[in-house]
Amino acid sequence: MTLDAHDLVLGYGGAPVIDGLNLQVAHGAITVLVGANASGKSTLLRALGRLLRPQAGDVLLDGRSIASLSTREVARRLAILPQGPVAPEALTVRQLVAQGRYAHQRLLRRWSSEDEAALASALEATATSDLAGRLVDELSGGQRQRAWIAMALAQQTDLLLLDEPTTYLDLAHQLSVLELVAELNARDGRTILMVLHDLNQAARYADQIVALRRGAIVAAGPPAQIITQPLVREVFDVDVRIIEDPITGGPLCIPATTLRAAAV
Amino acid sequence: MISGLRIRLLPGATPGAARTPLVLVATSLVGLVAFVVTLGLGEASVAPPDVVRALAGQGDADGAFVVTELRLPRALVACCVGAGLAAAGAVLQGMTRNPLAAPELVGVSAGAHAAAIVVIVLLPDMPISALPACAFAGALTTSALVYGLSWRDGTTGSRLLLVGIAVTTVGYAVVLGVVSTVDELIHASQLVTFMAGSVYGRGWPELAAVAPWLVVLLPLVALSTRDLDALSLGDPVARGLGVRVEAARLRLLVLAAGLAGSAVAVAGPVGFVGLMSPHIARRLVGGAHGPLLVTSVLLGATIMLVADALARLTFAPIDVPVGVVTAIVGAPYLLWLLVRGRTSPE
Repeated sequence: MTLDAHDLVLGYGGAPVIDGLNLQVAHGAITVLVGANASGKSTLLRALGRLLRPQAGDVLLDGRSIASLSTREVARRLAILPQGPVAPEALTVRQLVAQGRYAHQRLLRRWSSEDEAALASALEATATSDLAGRLVDELSGGQRQRAWIAMALAQQTDLLLLDEPTTYLDLAHQLSVLELVAELNARDGRTILMVLHDLNQAARYADQIVALRRGAIVAAGPPAQIITQPLVREVFDVDVRIIEDPITGGPLCIPATTLRAAAV
Repeated sequence: MISGLRIRLLPGATPGAARTPLVLVATSLVGLVAFVVTLGLGEASVAPPDVVRALAGQGDADGAFVVTELRLPRALVACCVGAGLAAAGAVLQGMTRNPLAAPELVGVSAGAHAAAIVVIVLLPDMPISALPACAFAGALTTSALVYGLSWRDGTTGSRLLLVGIAVTTVGYAVVLGVVSTVDELIHASQLVTFMAGSVYGRGWPELAAVAPWLVVLLPLVALSTRDLDALSLGDPVARGLGVRVEAARLRLLVLAAGLAGSAVAVAGPVGFVGLMSPHIARRLVGGAHGPLLVTSVLLGATIMLVADALARLTFAPIDVPVGVVTAIVGAPYLLWLLVRGRTSPE
């Protein structure tokens, strides 16, 4: 299962946000897109997940243009969780996660034992089995995000795309979601591509980091190789000191000063 | 913000698969009891056991005539109208993720109404069986218009409602303009009743006109519940799950217009049934659209039945349009929703 971007041009009608980007998502690894606000990282993720149609260029899923595949075919190979999804009222976790099976069902052949098995394993993998009967509304932020990830897992795809899965979560919940993502990758060798805001979390959990600035890739590679003082300055406009993460041994950025004109 | 409007469950209520069968049985029973009891009420009162006997083709001839010939067709029309409006409301609310999307609020009923009145007045020879198709065309036109005008990456309650009001006003102007050309007083008074929403004098021909629409459209809606479930998670999520979002939404819009249009064609724009029924159903069985639709349909039929009984009995022998009764109950409900929406932190 491969996912590549070729000469991708992306935008929302006006000037392109991304103009001529090439990327190969590392197979079986966790790749994290980082960049400042409006650097185009979410836009890129949405295009790779076929939520956004490219203005030019192509996204290739297993070598085939993703635009030529049906929505259902894509959903069977690639699951994408947009940023900050909101569940409708009065929906249970089980009902939410079950919707991950949409692309595997047919008009008249509905819920099968296969669907049930996928649901159970998605709940188990995200430690939400005990919450299955609870309303999504009533869960804590972290539990709710795990339920959404379970829905994406129920699609049983090798590729999982997550857009800022830790937004609005407190620190403990952020870590639990990221631990879950790491576990999903380690256990099943699932390819994961996600957008993260926090560079240090990216450095800790990513096998590969792709740093974007103004819609272009500035650097891509393992965190230990690419996270350097000049890079962070270029990507985030921040002067940092980089020390060794006392827990992982990887790079850890300590912000010093911002180079950007004082925020208005 | 109206857009953030969410209906909280009653404390302790946990809707979901477990409770659904119980709710369905209870709702069906209430509906059946309401059906039998209201059939017996009126100038000539018939006791419920005699109503059952009359429906079974037994009992005395007078009672049987009153029940099966005078009241039964009207009651069945009321059920069909309630069921159609409720299903349309459930579909519209699900596909727009908007609790205020109801046929009578977003211009669907207004379009159907205007088209029906135009046809009734200008083409008086048109058979009643053709009226639902005309109303459907009107409903489709206005719903597409309202939807198109209010859509900006989703619909917010306030914008949908405002555009709906604008389109409803235009529809009503069309209705008034057309009706004012009618100079026969008797005909005009019938039209006024129709304009308020009424099943007065409806019989077998009207039932034959509306029922086939339900028979065809309700199963199609049932086949679309998975799409509704996915769309209610938001467009990006639905697309990620494999839904062809635009196609699904168009299909659902056509179904809702057909359900609401055929109902309005025989009863006029009866208000608030399409708004309230799905809301109550959601509180009872939760947000999954399979159980939600069945419950909405049962509730819509029952609400219409009871409202029509009140309409014909309260000021008897004057038969008040049923739309007046549903408005008296429904308008405060809508206001309550709006007030709740504003005070809710979401």
